[in-house]
Amino acid sequence: MATETGPTSSEYIVHHLTNNVVGEGFWSLHIDTLVVSIVLGAVVFGLMYSVARKVTAGVPGPAQNFIEMLFDMVDSQVKVVFHGKNDLIAPLAMTIFVWVFTMNAMDILPIDVLPWVLSWFGIHYFKSVPTTDPNLTFAMSLSVFCLMIYYNFKVKGVGGFAHEAMSAPFGIKLAPVNLLFRIIEDIAKPLSLALRLFGNMYAGEMVFILIALLPFYVQWMLGAPWAIFHILIITLQAYIFMMLTIVYLSMSHESH
Amino acid sequence: MNINATLFGQAITFAILVWFTMKFVWPPIMKAMQERAQRIADGLAAADEGRRKFTQAEQLFQEKLTEGKQQSAVILAQAHKRGDEMIEEAKSTARVEGGRIIEAARHEIAREREQVREQLKQQVAALALAGAEQILMREVDRKSHDDLLGKIGSSL
Repeated sequence: MATETGPTSSEYIVHHLTNNVVGEGFWSLHIDTLVVSIVLGAVVFGLMYSVARKVTAGVPGPAQNFIEMLFDMVDSQVKVVFHGKNDLIAPLAMTIFVWVFTMNAMDILPIDVLPWVLSWFGIHYFKSVPTTDPNLTFAMSLSVFCLMIYYNFKVKGVGGFAHEAMSAPFGIKLAPVNLLFRIIEDIAKPLSLALRLFGNMYAGEMVFILIALLPFYVQWMLGAPWAIFHILIITLQAYIFMMLTIVYLSMSHESH
Repeated sequence: MNINATLFGQAITFAILVWFTMKFVWPPIMKAMQERAQRIADGLAAADEGRRKFTQAEQLFQEKLTEGKQQSAVILAQAHKRGDEMIEEAKSTARVEGGRIIEAARHEIAREREQVREQLKQQVAALALAGAEQILMREVDRKSHDDLLGKIGSSL
């Protein structure tokens, strides 16, 4: 897309990696991330809600059938990993999978489409894939982290949780080491969860941008295979985020 | 990587979506799926039950059929026997009746023959008498020859 009067390659890349920011310093908002994620969430979960309202135990329609397939997949994964009784985990896993999947899927849209359309309306910076924004991935992973802490205290009690943190895995005699290990382990969880999703999607987006810099007649040779491969990444990343959430939460329900 | 307040905005959005799914989307669909699973299980059980009942009915039907066949065979045999008996009875009755008729006819014949013979005797006697009258060409004293005539008559 580097036209003769347009931006240089590096300007083009930077432009595509810049969020639409409102505000200054820490108290600023990425409008593009927020708007896309909220709109996608509203559309997808609205659709699921409309199916849920007309749901029937009889012969399901195509939409219901599709959603039931998803539900079945999520529910069976939760049942395999998590053995307690918790009404939150399955819907939480479902939400994560569906939402992350749809947000990742924005990557499949040609990278210039949304910014181009929005430039007609005077909006000049727009990152259309919310999962390439660490704010979103960290928001989700920290929410999961909060739930982990909450269930650790709720299920095991303050004493039980403290005892577990002190005594596992080396026994109570090495309490400081155990505690240090535990802290590292628990901090690593949300960090890896967020950075894995962010890294994968950011790198994918980056590759799309680089491909878009090529002359238009060779773009398809790289763009098409990458987009097809990316379908796998999109699903896989959503699935991994969901599975790890289930695993982490089930770990916080079970004593070591 | 610039972390800013977007994180809170996304966390709130995430929380709302999770709450929404948990409240409005997950339970009805899960319930419907479980209901359908239950329905299918019930249907399969009903099909099994139906098959079992059908087998039972078939067995019962076979039993009844065999029973009916046996009964009809018995009835048929009885009827045959009864028919034979009736024929035999009729035959013997007819034989007896026939014998009696024949006997009666014999009696009648014998009686009639006796009667005819008696008449014939008398006629022969009268004829003999008339012949003798003719031969003798005279009036025979009936009284003096009655004994003789009687002798002739009885020797006929």
